[in-house]
Amino acid sequence: MIEAVTNASEPRRELVSFRAGDQEYCVDIMAVREIRGWTPSTTLPQSPPYVCGVINLRGAVLPIIDFNCRLGRDPVEPSARHVIIVTHIGARLVGLLVDAVSDILTVTNDSIQPTPDVACDTVRSFVRGILAIDGRMISLVALDRILPELEAEAA
Amino acid sequence: MDPLEQIKITFFQECQELLADLEAGLMALEAGEADEDTINAVFRAVHSVKGGAGAFGMEDLVQFAHVFETTLDDTRAGRLDADDHVIKVMLRASDMLADLVTAAQGDGAADLARAEVIAQELAALGHTPTGADAEPESDIPGLDFTPLPAFVAEAASAIDEPIADELGFTPMRVILDEPPAPPAGRGWRIQLTPAADMYAKANDVTPLLRELERLGPCLTSLDAAGVPNLTALDAEGAYLSWTVELAADVARDQVAEAFEFVEGDCVLSIEPLDTPPAVAIEAPLDLEALLAEARAPVPPTPEDEIQAVIDEVVPAIPVNVSPPPVAASPLAASPAAQATADASGASTAQATIRVDLERVDRLINLVGELVINQAMLTQRVAESGIARSSNVSVGLDELEQLTREIQDSVMAIRAQPVKSVFQRIPRLVREIAASTGKQVRLVTEGEGTEVDKTVIERLSDPITHMIRNAIDHGLESTAKRLEAGKPEEGVVKLAALHRSGRIVIEVSDDGAGINRSRVRQIAIDKGLIDPEAALTDDEVDNLIFLPGFSTAATVSNISGRGVGMDVVRRSIQALGGRISISSTPGKGSTFTMSLPLTLAVLDGMVVSVGEQTLVTPLTAIIETLQPKAADVRTLGPTSRVIAVRDAYVPLIDIGAVLGWRTEAPDPCEGVCLLVENEGGGRAALLVDAIQGQRQVVIKSLEANYQQVAGIAAATILGDGRVALILDVDAVIAMRGKAANPVSTLALAS
Repeated sequence: MIEAVTNASEPRRELVSFRAGDQEYCVDIMAVREIRGWTPSTTLPQSPPYVCGVINLRGAVLPIIDFNCRLGRDPVEPSARHVIIVTHIGARLVGLLVDAVSDILTVTNDSIQPTPDVACDTVRSFVRGILAIDGRMISLVALDRILPELEAEAA
Repeated sequence: MDPLEQIKITFFQECQELLADLEAGLMALEAGEADEDTINAVFRAVHSVKGGAGAFGMEDLVQFAHVFETTLDDTRAGRLDADDHVIKVMLRASDMLADLVTAAQGDGAADLARAEVIAQELAALGHTPTGADAEPESDIPGLDFTPLPAFVAEAASAIDEPIADELGFTPMRVILDEPPAPPAGRGWRIQLTPAADMYAKANDVTPLLRELERLGPCLTSLDAAGVPNLTALDAEGAYLSWTVELAADVARDQVAEAFEFVEGDCVLSIEPLDTPPAVAIEAPLDLEALLAEARAPVPPTPEDEIQAVIDEVVPAIPVNVSPPPVAASPLAASPAAQATADASGASTAQATIRVDLERVDRLINLVGELVINQAMLTQRVAESGIARSSNVSVGLDELEQLTREIQDSVMAIRAQPVKSVFQRIPRLVREIAASTGKQVRLVTEGEGTEVDKTVIERLSDPITHMIRNAIDHGLESTAKRLEAGKPEEGVVKLAALHRSGRIVIEVSDDGAGINRSRVRQIAIDKGLIDPEAALTDDEVDNLIFLPGFSTAATVSNISGRGVGMDVVRRSIQALGGRISISSTPGKGSTFTMSLPLTLAVLDGMVVSVGEQTLVTPLTAIIETLQPKAADVRTLGPTSRVIAVRDAYVPLIDIGAVLGWRTEAPDPCEGVCLLVENEGGGRAALLVDAIQGQRQVVIKSLEANYQQVAGIAAATILGDGRVALILDVDAVIAMRGKAANPVSTLALAS
C-alpha cells in the first residue's frame, strides 16, 4: 500500500488504482464492489462500441464497459488476462473492463491536483484530478458519466 | 415499533378492506341486487371503521362515521328506503369516509367543510320520522355475553382498557352511544340459575339468552355472587345466575318454551315485569358497577392474591358461556347473533395471513435462481455424458418437475384479482361524471381475473387515464347524445380477461367514436404526419398515441394536457404490453391493452443467430418453418418476402436488424419463425437454428444498464451466460432502420 499523506489532519481517501492501455487510473474504493476475472459477454445490439455486452453476475445482468475505449482510445480484445472491476454507479452495478488492478492508495484531498487544461473533451468529462505518486501519473476518474444513458441525462 | 402504532397500521389496512366492502355493497344496492346481508355488511363496515377510529381518538372520522352509521341503521331497520337519491348520498359519504381515513392516516387533510355538508345530507335522510312515537330500537341488545374475539377491538374502545386488562375479563359488547329504549310497560323478568347437571347435559346458557333475545329486547345481568373462593371452587360446579328483563309483549308460555330443554336442571322463575327499575336502564352504561359485580365474589385479600384469584376464576366464566361454534347459526335474527355468524365465518372461510411483500419477492427471486441453477445442473449432467436412464438423470427430471411446481406456486402467491384496481374506478367515474356534467354508467367485467401483483400495481395509472379519456373525450355531452338518439346515460365498460397467456384490459365507451378527419387534421397541423400520407382508418386512430397529440379544444383538468395517450402507451410498453384502439364512428371506441401475466418468467424459444443466443417469446410465435428457395422472393431493391401458404410476409433477418451482421445469409440454411405482432401484422424472422423451448426467468436490462431497441429483457441460460429476449414487435418495426446499427448515442462526447 502506498502512502501519499502530507497532512495527517486531512481526511484520508482510499482509491483503487488500475491500468487500462498504457495509462493508470483510480476510482474511490467505496464505489468498488468486487474485482473478478473476465468471462465471455453477450453482445448487445445497437450499443456504442465501448459497451462490450452483458455478463451474469450471480443472477444479475451486468453491463461491461471497455474502460480504455470509453475514454476515447482503442477497444481492447478481451481475454482471460483482463479484469472486471464491478462498481456502483448510482443504484446500478457496472463492470469496468481494465488490464489490471495495481494498488490501493491512501491519499488526502490535498494531494489530488486539478486536471490540467487539455483540449480533449473526454478527459475533461471523466478525469476529476491527477495524482502524482512515485513518478507515476494516476488519473482520478468520475464514474457517474460512464454509462451512455447517464451521459445523455447529464448533457 | 410502538405497539399502538402497529395496531394503528393494522387498523388502516383493515380500513382499506372495509371501505372496499362498503363501496362494493353500496354499488350492489345501487344495482338493485342487494339483500339483507349486503345492507348489514355495509353497516358493519362503517361501524368497524368508527370503532377503530374511536380507539385512536380520530374525532373527525368518528363523528362522520357515526352520522353515516345512523343513517345506515335506519336503512337496515327498514325505516329508510334505499332509493337512488339515498344511495347517491351514501356513495358520496363513502368517498368522504375514505378521504377522512386517508387524512387520519396522515396523508393530507380532508375537506372537513365537505364532510359537514355530507353529514348533514345524511342526517336529513335519516330524519324521516315514521311516527310521533318511534318504535323502540328493537335490534340493539343491552348486553351480549358472547365472548367473541372479533369484538375485542370494538370492546377495547368501549371498555376502559386498563380495567379490562387488570381483570383479564372477557370483553363484552356494550353499545354505549345508543342505550336501549326502556322496556315497554309489559314484559317478563326471568331469573335463571343453572345447576351443574344442566352443563353436564351439554346445555349452555348462551343459546337460551339468544332465544330470549329473539322474543324482544333483553336486559341481561349476571350474578356471580355465588362463585366461591378458588380453593372451594369445583371445576364442574355451577355458580352463576342470570337475570333477564325481557321487554316484549309475549305470552308466558313463549318465554317458558325457551327453557324447555333445561327444565328441571335449573332454577327458573318467570315473573311479569311491571315497572322497569330505573337502575336497570342505567346498567349497560355503568361499567364500573358491572365490573364491581364481577369482582364481588372475591374476598378481600391482599392485592396480588386477588389478581391470582381473578386470573383463575375469570377464564372459567367464558368456558361456561361461550357459544359452541355451531350455535353461531345465521338463522338467529338478532344482530349479535349475526355478528357471531360473521366472526366465525371469517375465521373458517378464509384462512389468510398478511405477509410482507418483501419476503414474497425475496422468495420469488430465490426460486428464480433455483430455476437457473437447476437448468445449469441439467446441462452439466448432459454434457458429462451420463445416460438418460441413469439414476442421476431420473433424479434430475424429478427435480425439474418439482422446481417448476415450486415456481408456479410461488407465482400464484403474487397473483391477485384485478378487483383491487377495478374497485377504485367507480369513484373516479363518479367524480369525472360530476365535473363534466355527463351521466355515466360504469360496467365492469372480469374482476376476478388474476394477474401478478407487479402488473396490478402498474395497471392502475393506465386504466385511470383511459377511463378519464373515455368519459371526457369518448362520451358526447348529454345534449349531443339525445340528438344522436342515444340514451342520456353514457356507458363506459371496463373488462379484464385472459387471452393466450396474457391479460387483456378493455376500456370501451358508447360515445361518438374517433373523429378521424379531425385527428388527421390535428396531426398534420402539429407536424406529426406528412399531409400527403395515405393512412388507413386504423393508422389514423392510432395517431392519438403520438407524443404531443391532444384533441381537446380546451385544456380541462381531467385530461387534455397533451401528455395523455403517449404516456399511457409508453408505460404499458414498459411492462411488455401493447395498446391499440378500435373505433366505430357514432358507436364508440374501445381501447385494448394486453399485458403479460407476470413480469418474472416467460416461455420462450431459444434460437441462435450468428454466435449469439436469443430467446423469442413463445406467445408471439405462430409457427416455425424451413424456408425453401422457391418461397423466398425479393421485393424492391433489398426487401425480401417469403410465401407462407400463398400469403407473402416480409422476411426479416434478426442478425441484420440487431446489427450483428451485414451480409444477409442464405434463408434456406436458417429457420423462420412466423410471428404476429399485437396489431395482427405478420412477419417471418430468420434465425440460424432453433435450440429448444424453455421457461426463462426475466432479468431486467434497465436495472444496471438501459433499454435496448429490439430487446425486451435478458435472461440467464443453463450455461450461466446471459441471453437476450427479443422484442418481436420492436424488431418488426425496426426492419427499415436496420442499415444503421450504431446508435446515435455512440461516443457523443
